[in-house]
Amino acid sequence: MENTRFVNKGIVKKDAKVLLSGRPVYTDDIAPSDCLVVKLLRSPHAHAWIEDISTAAALKVPGIEAVFTYKDVPEKRYTQAGQTFPEPSPDDRLILDQHIRYNGDPVAIIAGKDENCVSQAMKRIKVKYKVLEPLLDFTKAIDNPIIIHPEDNYVVKSDIGNDVKRNICASQCRGNGDIDKVLSECDYTIDQTYHIKAVSQAMMEVFCAFTSIDIYGRIKVISSTQIPFHARRIIARGLNIPKSKVRVVKPRIGGGFGAKQTAVMEIYPAFVTYKTGKPAKLVFTREECFIQGSPRHEMQVHVRLGADKNGKIRGIDLSTLSNTGAFGEHGPTTVDLSGTKSLSLYRMEAFRFKTEVVYTNVLSAGAYRGYGATQGIFAVESAVNELAHKLDIDPIKLREMNMVREGDLLTNYFGEVTNSCNLDKCVAKVKEMIGWDEKYPYVKTGPHTVRSVGMAMAMQGSGIGGVDVGSVQLKLNDDGFYTLMIGCSDMGTGCDTILAQMTADGLGCEFDDIIVRGVDTDQSPYDSGSYASSTTYVTGMAVVKACESMRKRICEEAAAIMGLKENEVEFDGETISENDNPEHNMTLSDLITSLQAGNGHIIEVTESHTSPVSPPPFMAGAAEIEVDLETGKITPINYVAAVDCGTVINTNLARIQAEGGLVQGLGMTLYEDMQYTKAGKMKNRNFMSYKIPTRLDMGNIKVEFESSYEETGPFGAKSIGEIVINTPAPAIADAVYNATGLRFRTLPITAEQVLMGLLDKEEA
Amino acid sequence: MIIDLFINGKKIQAETAPDQMLIDFLRGLGYKSMKRGCDTGNCGLCTVWMDEKPVLSCSVPAARAAGHKITTLEGVQEEAAEFSDYLANEGADQCGYCSPGLIMNVLALKREIPNPTMAQIKEYLSGNLCRCTGYQGQYRALAKYFGVEE
Repeated sequence: MENTRFVNKGIVKKDAKVLLSGRPVYTDDIAPSDCLVVKLLRSPHAHAWIEDISTAAALKVPGIEAVFTYKDVPEKRYTQAGQTFPEPSPDDRLILDQHIRYNGDPVAIIAGKDENCVSQAMKRIKVKYKVLEPLLDFTKAIDNPIIIHPEDNYVVKSDIGNDVKRNICASQCRGNGDIDKVLSECDYTIDQTYHIKAVSQAMMEVFCAFTSIDIYGRIKVISSTQIPFHARRIIARGLNIPKSKVRVVKPRIGGGFGAKQTAVMEIYPAFVTYKTGKPAKLVFTREECFIQGSPRHEMQVHVRLGADKNGKIRGIDLSTLSNTGAFGEHGPTTVDLSGTKSLSLYRMEAFRFKTEVVYTNVLSAGAYRGYGATQGIFAVESAVNELAHKLDIDPIKLREMNMVREGDLLTNYFGEVTNSCNLDKCVAKVKEMIGWDEKYPYVKTGPHTVRSVGMAMAMQGSGIGGVDVGSVQLKLNDDGFYTLMIGCSDMGTGCDTILAQMTADGLGCEFDDIIVRGVDTDQSPYDSGSYASSTTYVTGMAVVKACESMRKRICEEAAAIMGLKENEVEFDGETISENDNPEHNMTLSDLITSLQAGNGHIIEVTESHTSPVSPPPFMAGAAEIEVDLETGKITPINYVAAVDCGTVINTNLARIQAEGGLVQGLGMTLYEDMQYTKAGKMKNRNFMSYKIPTRLDMGNIKVEFESSYEETGPFGAKSIGEIVINTPAPAIADAVYNATGLRFRTLPITAEQVLMGLLDKEEA
Repeated sequence: MIIDLFINGKKIQAETAPDQMLIDFLRGLGYKSMKRGCDTGNCGLCTVWMDEKPVLSCSVPAARAAGHKITTLEGVQEEAAEFSDYLANEGADQCGYCSPGLIMNVLALKREIPNPTMAQIKEYLSGNLCRCTGYQGQYRALAKYFGVEE
């Protein structure tokens, strides 16, 4: 890699000091005190029809400003998913609907001067429901007599294989080669189904937004969102008003992990402000984040994998059934990653990938870090581990025989070739880090405890090839400092910082000479948003381009003043000098001073970037756990990972991304479980019963980087944000097998299940 | 009802209601460092000190603070600077939303047990959830701050 002063260093986050001082910088901290408090009355039924709703008594409560029901909202359906136009998720929801589709579905919007009066008013709304039988088992959704979306104003915008009258939100099938023939010829096959349940992102900052009318009479929305530009479109469509009438601003964000790639709740305060003209605020409780969030899509992944007698994988037939819940947010797209990012880890002769996404009566799923890849990788990596045991081959050796290598055409990845792939080095590294050869498959550590290991590989994308757009604007200011205007959302990940690192190296200036500003849809250059592992790779390239343009403009203007041509001068970050006579020069500071004094040639550049490809980052992870064979308790001891994210832009932040993602992966493997009653009510709707890992639950985490160099990325970088959540589930599931002989194909794997499994085994 | 108390060493007289929690009382007065991350006293984001002992401000009625000394992160900026720098140098601030609660608990630990072991640190801070970092970066910062092995 070229010499850099800031890229590939552990630069402290630009906002660290202010964040750590506790200053008010998040949405709820900065909401004005005169906002109307907004709350939502929710359905206690999973499936119902509102026969009658009366708000008269509620409106009499002193302090109440307005109560809205389905009778008051636009009849045009929209989607709250934040993806590039034409957003593949169907337009299937109204702000409030007479048809109730899940337990918690909003029935009325109440706005008043304080929490107290709003809560009182909520109790006085009278609703008469016709309770309908809910459809809760997603494996029975297709052709079920219960139809989730019977309405005739449902809109499909692109070819997603939709058949809404059969509860199919989306479907597809593709492949290569004659998979049935290949599998029939294989010496060994694995034919298993894996089940990954919905899990919650559980970002520490809840969903929140406040709205007001700006001085031009437009609706201004301040929101904790990953997708300001998509949110503008979503809110405008939901309210059925022109996009020019909406402005979205994101302040600091307390975590997103994909949850905030859906505009889950901005529409409610926006609707209140639209109708009343008054500022309004909605802050979800943690409970509301669970019952009306945007969790991971529950998926059932059927794998048919075939190999020859030596362990050479010949083909995989993968079929994914995905539960999108009551609405289709991110339904058509998440499912695709279950096949693209799992099958492409291996070389093979043939494959088939079939998907069906179905509607049911639970809350809508959404985007969660990993976005379908997590589910697909759990299935395929578990199946490969099962094959290793069937063949009695070391799982690492089996990977070495079959894994994708640099220069390969990827198996199921839009015809892309991987030109930066250190997956082999990652696998070798984790083998060494965990001490695989000494520990595989297990070591007895006590009379009833064993320590075991398990491993898995993973990949993801870097942005969505040919779709995602990143733009930045660079402005040269007095004394020669720069403003970097960005449209992507720093949600704690540190993109403000890493983009500034790239800019400082691109311009040859100091890190502190870069001021980063984002995001305000009225001011920022367009960016699709911070999702799909796109920010470093896509927006980063916009930065690289903008720096080149800025340097060119600086040379042009300085040369003109110096009486030279642009190609006769050189800019070193501080001074512009004549190539042949370096003594003849001017400082950047003098240049901007003269440009600002009657010259009329102020320097600003804007550059956009879309990548035709989405180069996958790769990684390997290995778990060491201790299992108590008397209680079934699984204790994580060590988790090691080696990641190839291309060039690491910020060594500290990339490491933290990896560690954080691994612990989230550990959470979904061992602890996190959204459970429902038979009537479809979510049971665990707080941190008391929905267990995210605490610092006592995760063991030691160790991360190393095995960086390749990606030519199409900024400074050789790929992505890091999502991939890191993908390995813990299959690695730990195999470690559990190695300790107990029990194969778990449903997550999470709890002590209770392990113990019951052990007892069953004993009986048998 | 009107209560008298000390906030960050300053004598304050302010209005509260019997069912108002300390977090809302403080935020209403403009002290915004403490955050609400859950409804059940599980996350530690709202940690402040009452008479120099850490409490969850979401679980303490504001009226209980009458006559007591409340300390928030706004009031211990200097004392917090050293540990905050360690966090920042590891990139372990990330979204920053859980940081004020964590910092308040870390400073309380330092006052209570000046030289804790790593096990004591983990135990003391187990109620401070974080979803971004996976805790490991926080441990690197804590190890440096307390001068213990990771």
